[in-house]
Amino acid sequence: MSEISADTTKKFNIDTVANAAVTPDVELPWAELGLKQNEFDDVVKVLGRRPTGAELAMYSVMWSEHCSYKSSKNHLRQFGAKVTEEMKKDMLVGIGENAGVTNLGDGWAVTFKIESHNSPSFVEPYQGAATGIGGIVRDIISMGARPVAVMDPLRFGAIDHPDTARVMHGAVAGIGGYGNSLGLPNIGGEMVFDSIYQGNPLVNALAVGVMRHEDIRLANASGKGNKVVLFGARTGGDGIGGASVLASESFDDTKPSKRPAVQVGDPFAEKVLIECCLELFKGSLVEGIQDLGAAGISCATSELASNGDGGMQVELTSVLLRDPTLTPGEILMSESQERMMAVVTPENIAAFEAVMEKWAVEYSWLGEVTDTGRLIITWEGEVIVDVDPRTVAHDGPVYDRPYARPEWQDALQADTFTSSVQDAGRPSTPEELKAAVLELIASPNMCSKDWITNQYDRYVGGNTAMAFPDDSGVIRVDEETGLGVALATDANGRYTFLDPYHGAQLALAEAYRNVATSGAIPMAVSDCLNFGSPEDPDVMWQLAESIRGLSDACMVLGIPVTGGNVSLYNQTGTTPIHPTPVVAVLGKFDDVARRTPSGWAEDGQAIYLLGTTAAELDGSEWSNMRGHLGGLPPKVDLERERELGAILINASRDGMIDSAHDLSEGGLAAALVESALRFNTGARVALDEVAARDGVDTFTQLFSETQGRAIVSVPRSEEVRFNDMCTARNFPVARIGVVDAADSALDIQGVFTASLDELREAHEGTLPKYFG
Amino acid sequence: MSETPLIGGAAPAPVDSRLAGARIGVVTFPGTLDDRDASRAVRLAGATAVDLWHADTELADVDAVIIPGGFSYGDYLRAGAISRFAPLMGKIVDAANSEAKLPVLGICNGFQILTEAHLLPGSMIKNDHLKFLCRDQVLRVENNTTAWTNAYTAGQDITVPLKNQDGQYIADEKTLDALEAENRVVFRYVGFNPNGSRRDIAGISNAAGNVVGLMPHPEHAVEAGYGPGHTGTDGLGFFTSALNTLLGGK
Amino acid sequence: MPRIVVDVMLKPEILDPQGKAIVGALPRLGFNAFSAVRQGKRFELTVDGEVTDEILAQAREAAETMLSNPVIEDVVNVEVVAD
Repeated sequence: MSEISADTTKKFNIDTVANAAVTPDVELPWAELGLKQNEFDDVVKVLGRRPTGAELAMYSVMWSEHCSYKSSKNHLRQFGAKVTEEMKKDMLVGIGENAGVTNLGDGWAVTFKIESHNSPSFVEPYQGAATGIGGIVRDIISMGARPVAVMDPLRFGAIDHPDTARVMHGAVAGIGGYGNSLGLPNIGGEMVFDSIYQGNPLVNALAVGVMRHEDIRLANASGKGNKVVLFGARTGGDGIGGASVLASESFDDTKPSKRPAVQVGDPFAEKVLIECCLELFKGSLVEGIQDLGAAGISCATSELASNGDGGMQVELTSVLLRDPTLTPGEILMSESQERMMAVVTPENIAAFEAVMEKWAVEYSWLGEVTDTGRLIITWEGEVIVDVDPRTVAHDGPVYDRPYARPEWQDALQADTFTSSVQDAGRPSTPEELKAAVLELIASPNMCSKDWITNQYDRYVGGNTAMAFPDDSGVIRVDEETGLGVALATDANGRYTFLDPYHGAQLALAEAYRNVATSGAIPMAVSDCLNFGSPEDPDVMWQLAESIRGLSDACMVLGIPVTGGNVSLYNQTGTTPIHPTPVVAVLGKFDDVARRTPSGWAEDGQAIYLLGTTAAELDGSEWSNMRGHLGGLPPKVDLERERELGAILINASRDGMIDSAHDLSEGGLAAALVESALRFNTGARVALDEVAARDGVDTFTQLFSETQGRAIVSVPRSEEVRFNDMCTARNFPVARIGVVDAADSALDIQGVFTASLDELREAHEGTLPKYFG
Repeated sequence: MSETPLIGGAAPAPVDSRLAGARIGVVTFPGTLDDRDASRAVRLAGATAVDLWHADTELADVDAVIIPGGFSYGDYLRAGAISRFAPLMGKIVDAANSEAKLPVLGICNGFQILTEAHLLPGSMIKNDHLKFLCRDQVLRVENNTTAWTNAYTAGQDITVPLKNQDGQYIADEKTLDALEAENRVVFRYVGFNPNGSRRDIAGISNAAGNVVGLMPHPEHAVEAGYGPGHTGTDGLGFFTSALNTLLGGK
Repeated sequence: MPRIVVDVMLKPEILDPQGKAIVGALPRLGFNAFSAVRQGKRFELTVDGEVTDEILAQAREAAETMLSNPVIEDVVNVEVVAD
């Protein structure tokens, strides 16, 4: 950029808008910043001139896949299109804001969102996972809500691969180290081991927050003359690896210091920031607020301005820096953590500053809202950015990436488990079946996750009514009425690999079932779509099919998607991960005291199995343990899921059941063992009748992963009423056993008896064995 | 000083009408986490919870003080090491050591702050297994004569949540022997020592018995449905004990 | 017994939350002279016998591979301390 004139009285060789207008032929490093030729041409067209270095920085980050959803946008539209009026009635804020907001009634609202932090968590698992929590929590604060809980769906490589321990220890410690310091209970999540995630672990993070309706805050900058303020941590060179090419902006003789390869989270700063923001909301001291995540100040200024009155003027040298060598472009792109931007009226400035002083949070006034429709950023008064903020924040490129059903999909679906060598010698004798159950509950994906969840604080806040290993996490929102929410996240990458359309629906069905099992009424969905490269037509087909399946299923179940995140390019070389749409469902309780725990507790209660069992072992945990992946996933029947959900919710509300556990991965075998171990209570179970009714063998009855099933325990006094309800709803139900607290064993009559100690040893021994 | 705002604002009827006037202060430092929980426990026991801010210079006429758990100042430097220098801590130390013997309870990070402030002997280091651990923990009440344990019977086993990273209690042998001899080991871990604490010590008191610190969290076991095993309320006795002490002393 | 002392610091460009909290607390106690604090780690490796060049090289390698995380930390000092 030798053509740019140097002004030696300034720290940097600033590329102003005026300069850009008269030096159209300057070579800019747009390719190094990740823009394609057509995208750069678009920027020039939008501006009517070449961009300045600072403008190029802004467009390149905001038009990235991560920020613009350019490959998925055309498909994601279905979530907004396939929505009925009924589904909209409780949505106070939909997709597009930082997180959707759902009405809970009594003047309460809830907001939740799930996001990925996959790639940073592979590079440096502790900090990657920690900053993932930090980011999603700031999204929730940005809506005006008090965060009340977090969850973490995790997917790592093979449990015995040497690198898995590194990622596992780091990510779990990072989630704990950061999350525990914020005072947010961690109430659930998932842990899946599969070699397909070896080089691309998935670290997703969900946060949920609550607020009164009048406290909902939106990310917009309205009101000419209102002030724009940046507060929280100072801005450093975090997350701008790609922007280092812009270092050519700087003077030759003052080389910038090195840019960090890893963002370090400061949970203490985040905790203070949360309390500080809540105090701002309480005093109604901010007009609009936006967290700084990916794309930092570029994102915050352009989104606030374009969602508000359309104009903003900012002086960039006012930004407080951790590293004084940062160039304007780098400041705009920095992803330093624990920062927020807000819009404040002039009369509230003093009150705002008092809150900052109280919490010892640093802040600086950057500029003000204007009505010009332009986002103007200056550097020592010289204009370095002059753009229509919409073109940065919302009018990025959108691609219709080619996609096609993979050639190998048919062969994959034809390769069923029952026709495979892996199913030879299927367990059938009592000894074999007992060994199979013990092997299942000790397997990496079905074993107890206590080793992980015991590193998280599930109690803080005093409102946790249920947490892992119950089917859903349940949080009380209103202490007077008991109003509360339930949350569950689910995904099965193997199912989705076998059939992306139905696999995505199965993820939704399971999360929906988990929420209903706890007794809550499902209300809203957030999703985190983890896929490989969209430039691979096979992967793009998986993505398109998954979104189509998920949006269709949401229509049937009558619950809208209120927000989410897409994470693409999760692949090692040309091998993508299994398509993994992680689906979170939020449900509502009028009174969380009604929640249904997942384990047996009361002696003598009858155990019922809801639903019927078919021979569905393709994609199952059992076939996975035997090294087989092929065929078709279990059949989806959303009407049946809805009916099952209604039974579980009504039974909970009317006091007909004291425990409920859904059947999913690991089938009935896993559900029975988990129900027994939850409160250390045994049971006697007989499966002959249901196996005969369903026409399957005992092995299939135990290990099949047929959907739309749950087991419940019913007090003797409620059996008639419970049976009548199921009959009236025409839902298959069978009494399969009795809770037996005196006998500390799980006795499956005619098959095997296993003591609870024996089951516990198998179930709880696996993670400590691998991870210490 | 306002009453602690709650998400919902539960206000159960006082157990004893004389107690509603009892004011128990709950201190918030930057990074404190369990202050709302401690305030709720105070209210459930029947008293009034009073917010105290670390930078305050007066104790606002409170009858007792709870220093709740959390990660004040991020546990940076050492857990509790920065908080002990807060203006309010000086007042609390003076009041605890005064004739009036202000009852002070330090929970988890609060216990760490009390040891850093030398109101209690010894210190906490990283758990022996090096991980954060959250579990329902059985404790034995070894001394039921302190300001915070008189509602329990001596030798009673109670279950309350434990959750910490730096929970391993250590002190030199001489100090440990003295604590034992003076009956100042107030709580011991039963069945399982979760962090390598010397002599299974979970909590201790000062010589007068008005200052108690422990690592586990009684304030998370005060309300059925939100504590250990979905039903546990064994922690409520801490807060009713303090009220007994105040009534007895008034 | 001689010891090898290894000092590890976060890389200068990496945020040090601990140092930030400490530097904020120092002025409250009247220590006004310090504008920044960065907190590091010190390791002491005890050697039974003489510290040979080979042992020192081993210590350096251990410092780079295990005692520090090269993604975020630098080994700033490896030295022998004789008792």
